[in-house]
Amino acid sequence: MKYSQKILIITILSAFQYLASAQTTIKGRVTDKKNGIAGVSISLKDTYDGATSDSAGHYSFTTTEKGEFVLTASAIGYKPFEQMVKLEPGTLTIDILLKEEITELTAVTVTAGTFEASDKKKVTVLGPIDIVTTASGNGDITEALKSLPGAQQIGESEGLFVRGGTAGETKIFIDGTLVNNFFYTGSPNIASRGRFSPFLFKGTVFSTGGYSALYGQALSSALILESIDLPEQSSANLGVSVIGLSGGFQQLAKNKKSSWGIDYGYTDLSLAFALIKQRQDYFKVPILHNADANFRIKTSKTGILKYYSTFGSQKLGFRTNSLDTLTYKDIFRLKNINMYHNLSWKEKIANKWRLETGVSYTNNRDQLAGGLQDADNTNTVVSGLEFKNYALDLKGHYFNAKMVVEKRFTGLSVLRFGGEYNFSDDHSMYTAYDNSRYPGLIRENLGAAFAETDIYLTNAIAAKIGGRYEHSSLFQKSNIAPRLSLAYKTGKTSQASVAYGIFYQNPERRYLPATAPLTFMKATHYIAQYQLVSKDYTLRGEIFYKRYNDLIKTASNGTAESASSNNGFGDARGFDFFWRDKKTLKNVDYWISYSYLDTKRDYLNFPYAIQPSFAAKHTASLIIKKFVSQWKTGFNAAYNFATGRPYYYIGYDGATSSYQFKDRGKTPAYQNFSFSLNYLPNLNNTNAKKFTVLVLSVSNVFGFDQTYGYQYSFDGMRKQRIVPPSKTFVFIGMFISFGVDRSDDVINMNL
Amino acid sequence: MRKIIAFVLLALLTQIAYSQMPDKFVKAMESKVAMLDSIQTAEGWIDMANAFERIANAEKTQWLPYYYAAFSNVMAGYMMGSGNAMGGDPEKTDPLADKAEKLLNAAEAMEKDNSEIFVVKKMIASLRMMADPMNRYMTYGPVAATALARAKALSPDNPRVYILEAQDKFYTPEQFGGSKTEAKELFLKAYKEFEIFKPASPIHPDWGRSQVNYFLTQF
Repeated sequence: MKYSQKILIITILSAFQYLASAQTTIKGRVTDKKNGIAGVSISLKDTYDGATSDSAGHYSFTTTEKGEFVLTASAIGYKPFEQMVKLEPGTLTIDILLKEEITELTAVTVTAGTFEASDKKKVTVLGPIDIVTTASGNGDITEALKSLPGAQQIGESEGLFVRGGTAGETKIFIDGTLVNNFFYTGSPNIASRGRFSPFLFKGTVFSTGGYSALYGQALSSALILESIDLPEQSSANLGVSVIGLSGGFQQLAKNKKSSWGIDYGYTDLSLAFALIKQRQDYFKVPILHNADANFRIKTSKTGILKYYSTFGSQKLGFRTNSLDTLTYKDIFRLKNINMYHNLSWKEKIANKWRLETGVSYTNNRDQLAGGLQDADNTNTVVSGLEFKNYALDLKGHYFNAKMVVEKRFTGLSVLRFGGEYNFSDDHSMYTAYDNSRYPGLIRENLGAAFAETDIYLTNAIAAKIGGRYEHSSLFQKSNIAPRLSLAYKTGKTSQASVAYGIFYQNPERRYLPATAPLTFMKATHYIAQYQLVSKDYTLRGEIFYKRYNDLIKTASNGTAESASSNNGFGDARGFDFFWRDKKTLKNVDYWISYSYLDTKRDYLNFPYAIQPSFAAKHTASLIIKKFVSQWKTGFNAAYNFATGRPYYYIGYDGATSSYQFKDRGKTPAYQNFSFSLNYLPNLNNTNAKKFTVLVLSVSNVFGFDQTYGYQYSFDGMRKQRIVPPSKTFVFIGMFISFGVDRSDDVINMNL
Repeated sequence: MRKIIAFVLLALLTQIAYSQMPDKFVKAMESKVAMLDSIQTAEGWIDMANAFERIANAEKTQWLPYYYAAFSNVMAGYMMGSGNAMGGDPEKTDPLADKAEKLLNAAEAMEKDNSEIFVVKKMIASLRMMADPMNRYMTYGPVAATALARAKALSPDNPRVYILEAQDKFYTPEQFGGSKTEAKELFLKAYKEFEIFKPASPIHPDWGRSQVNYFLTQF
């Protein structure tokens, strides 16, 4: 081998060696057009080589790979980036532009009129624990929602009175279908609680107006609850409190595709009522049994079938001093049996097509009785007041079905359409003092069809356009209700939206049958909203105008009032303000709500349009929560305020054969300060077998005088304040969750 | 000339073959695993998580890079809290917990019933819980406890089990069930376990020594 040859070989070899070991440096900057993005993972696909961008978005790495490769960049919240690169020795500068992923989290959402809290949304307005830790909420869903603007502080009856509407104008839906007896049966002048635990739901949408065409039969408001999916793991739970006991079990299948569970709760207020004196004299202290059962099955990666049912019974009886005849007592007895089933199924049926469907069935029986007792608590019939002795037996069957088909288009635009069917069958039997019986039956078949589309013109402008058709077999009437809302994202965290809609509702059953043909009652909503939402705070302002038409008027047929026409009307206008801040004060979450409401209506037996007794002009709440993790304790306080509400005594004047005000007035302002503590003793105990929460809550801590209104004697000559059953109430309870994992047993068996 | 070409080809092939040797995987892992005990910042952990994820994605059949990528994401989440996993920011830490969970599931699919995987499972559940303790305690408390119990049952000699137990005791005030004495005992237990603990290979989990040493100077 010649010298020159040797040189050649060495040269070629070293050239190859050089080439083979030569590195390529890839560097550049990752931006979203304006700013650098930190923490982006940049890599050469199928190699180990790559880097993470720094705080200014710069990255740089070297690779010994040769040839064509795919350079990828990925970061949470951005669309993945890919680009072919040809690697040659030297430096390759590749600047990367990442596009924000358009998700429901970042796009504009149509929010006029609604408060949404669900796991899909970045900002939870009111999650299950929020409800439980709202001091004024007493662990009750609707009580806690009263701390949001739009709802009235009504304590004498259950339900949500929204923006000048009655409680009957708010409808509650679970997994899409209507719930007919959401609350336990109420007693005169005492608000009853909801039957459903806040822990059953992962999402809450509280609409104070302008809601979607998917829902109907509610003039004012829709409360839309979405039930939880499969539990994280199998668990058992136990609860002990001053008002009762509860226990339950949830079993998650090994493959984590299905679960089932049962719970039972026993409520007995004997102890609580013995300690805290009640205004009512209970001869039958409230006792409630409540059992529920559920199963949930993942039908595929995208589908879930859920079943939930409750069985409940409730019994109580009390006396109060009668206003009608002194030294006598009014008695009230109540027996209730309720059964509720809900079966729902969600599934992706084809590419971009989804189906949501559900059925629910309720069977409810209320047996109510009233009477007079003398000073010795013996039942008596007083001449002229015979009507005070009665029994009322109400049996209801309700069946609801709903189907929504959803088609997604490019981006976030969606078309939804479907139908709903509500069947109700209300039997009543009124037994008078002389044992004469008056049966009644109201049966309704209400069918509805609806369509709605969410159109995203851009990521910043969205419109929701929908319509709903309903037909009532009871009234032999149909209606078409258009709904429209628009939202415009004015900044990264701010948006403005408007909503318009027409809403129809059947006249309330208790005023049926009517003495003349009736039609739907109607409300028209106009809402404008501005909101600023970031992860630390929410600021929301809303103005509204609501017009009521065709409200029912009633006439007396001697003892009962029944609907006589749709000649009622009314309106409501006002504004809401909401501010929630989780950041300014360390570890403190607080919110402030304020509502202004100016409303008048002429309905039922009102002589003319007046501010109804369930509407206060100014309502405000301040809710504060602080969790001290070192002490494992949450401290919660709530202050609720409302200006006085009007009250009226409306009597029938025989001379002019019309209803007239015999008396009227205004209650003093309402205020309530409540406080609660939640102590989590096992927060950091990793070896704990049980996870306990101890709860102490006190309502109306300072014992403010609270007057909800006045009740009158039959002749209107005497009146008496309607006040809460006790001035303050103290709740002490302990709730334990046991993690149950059978795999430990399995391991021990294998070892 | 043929000789030359053969020689050149041989040199090239060697080069290519070298790059495909499993040694490459071991070497890449070794250098990173060795750094684990010295990372101090969230950014450092994110960088580490991304590096392990690249290896995981390139190899696809190795559970260790998935495991370390999951672990590094959790550690980044812990650093974003106040450094002791007490109270945090769910907006920041939840995506990391989600990512860690996904990676850990990939690791578990290849490596069933490994104590180390359950250690990280516990850490993920704790990261989620401490981001919002009031709301998540009843859900993730049992998940964390179950995972740790499983880790301990699978390998009672795993020093990392005792580190987790010790930290929980350390950060809880005495009147709320914490105990510095018990924490110290548990750290000492972890220390002793480390003395006898032999990872299955230089790239199998062996992290935690520096944490134990640090805590033992805090008493």
